[in-house]
Amino acid sequence: MKTFLFLCAALSVFVTTAIVFVLIRDSWEFFANIPLTDFLFGTMWTPVFANPQFGVLPLLTATLQTAGLAMLVAVPFGLIMAIYLSEYARPAVRETIKPALEMLEAVPTVVYGYFALLVMTPFLQQIVPGLKGINLLVPGIILGIMILPYVVSVSEDAMRAVPNSLREGGYGLGMAKWQVAIRIVIPGAFSGITAAFILGMSRAVGETMVLAVAAGQNPNLTWDPREGAATITAYIVQMSLGDVAHGSIAYQSIFAVGLLLFVITLLFNIIGFYLRRKFREAY
Amino acid sequence: MTDTTTTLDQETRHQAAPGFERAEMPPAIRPATERDPLRARIEDFSFYYSNGFQAIKHVDMPILDRKITAIIGPSGCGKSTLLRSLNRMHDLYPGNRYEGKVILEPEGENLIGPDADPVLVRLRVGMVFQKPNPFPKSIYENVAAGLRVRGIKKRAVIDEAVESALRRAAIWDEVKDKLHGSAYDLSGGQQQRLCIARGLAPNPEILLLDEPTSALDPIATAKVEDLVQELSETVTIVIVTHNMQQASRISHRTAFMYLGEAMEFGETNQIFTNPRHPRTENYITGRYG
Repeated sequence: MKTFLFLCAALSVFVTTAIVFVLIRDSWEFFANIPLTDFLFGTMWTPVFANPQFGVLPLLTATLQTAGLAMLVAVPFGLIMAIYLSEYARPAVRETIKPALEMLEAVPTVVYGYFALLVMTPFLQQIVPGLKGINLLVPGIILGIMILPYVVSVSEDAMRAVPNSLREGGYGLGMAKWQVAIRIVIPGAFSGITAAFILGMSRAVGETMVLAVAAGQNPNLTWDPREGAATITAYIVQMSLGDVAHGSIAYQSIFAVGLLLFVITLLFNIIGFYLRRKFREAY
Repeated sequence: MTDTTTTLDQETRHQAAPGFERAEMPPAIRPATERDPLRARIEDFSFYYSNGFQAIKHVDMPILDRKITAIIGPSGCGKSTLLRSLNRMHDLYPGNRYEGKVILEPEGENLIGPDADPVLVRLRVGMVFQKPNPFPKSIYENVAAGLRVRGIKKRAVIDEAVESALRRAAIWDEVKDKLHGSAYDLSGGQQQRLCIARGLAPNPEILLLDEPTSALDPIATAKVEDLVQELSETVTIVIVTHNMQQASRISHRTAFMYLGEAMEFGETNQIFTNPRHPRTENYITGRYG
């Protein structure tokens, strides 16, 4: 029995290692043909052109912009909601809202994608001048809403882990409730809140469906979120569904950008988990 | 003996206590020296927890200005509950209820009256807790917190108040070189003195100490006791302690509580050498508690 369970556990480690191995192996072949500096600093991404260019910057800027927009939504709203749930809401309210929020996580991401494309974009086009039908702004906002439940849930846990003795210390000094929330609870839960946001950001960077549907498939080096641009994940979907020849350089580019994405999210996760562990050790 | 005391109590129960409006205060808790100026008066005070449990029953007690008042009694007697009532800590949890009066002198304001704002009460009556609870901030910011709450922003004013509070709490020399280091790097005893400094910085009218040494070792305890005695020259102190030696060492007045009632109040010396109430005697001689 013990051996069986060990094999099950070992399998998950093996699969993860195998994925990383494949990513690195195929990327290796890619980088044998394309110099790393051309890849990282090139401004053109045209893998299926006659004269293909493999500069990843257009994909990277689109990814970072949508993730950044997501954070612009998730940070303020997430913080306010977490404070409300942790400090103000009566237990009955909290026990209703938290599961409802977590239900949001059960909505398939493709639904969010079409919601962005067919509902949010036409609506925002009436408000934001020059907003294209396919753009970065709307999927960015939707991404923010998508990661909100996770961000709220983790930061609320961190806030509730702040011991009551600290709150009482604040009240004992004559702080009002909002002052205790801002001066005691948020600083006390700071590393946990930061971890929540970084892990949320890492989710936003890795999210695929919303971006493939609503941000477009066209690699476009732009800092204007009103325009559409393919993100790293959208490109991977597009190429995987297309009919690129197995073993071609365009095919290998999937693994190269996949590896880049892996490194970015791994970095975020490491920082996030480090901060989370740190906040557990506090008090 | 029990019989005579009880009879005596009942006979004198309706005698007016000088300086107090309430006529039915038993003599056992009459202030020993009415001539001493009062900082607060607790009058016919009762407290009910949200589950309906009456934790404090009709307590009367004077709080003398710039003296140390100790509240002693066995576990569950309501001593901490009474202390936490004095700065409205029970208001943090819904359903708790006060009855009677806690009059802050000399203004005569009732701290538990319907018009009293708990937040404003806590600005005037500070508190130090059982377990040191420094905020996860620097030493400096811990002491400055109470000043910032009061809207003080001038750097020079805060600097001066922080130093003065840390000096009063006898911890300045230990922390002056690491004011901006984390408060968590201090030892437990230092943390508690830091919490006392934090409570002192905004110059409260009364400082409440809720078993401040129960989490400390004997050496740290001795330091806190010395500190509390020094402080009583400048600030009114009410201290709850389960340590009778501590009460007898440092306090000027002692109240003995039992099952939510103030059994006896008097000069500390009298309470410990010549208790009037048999329950007090039983407690201080170690028959229960």
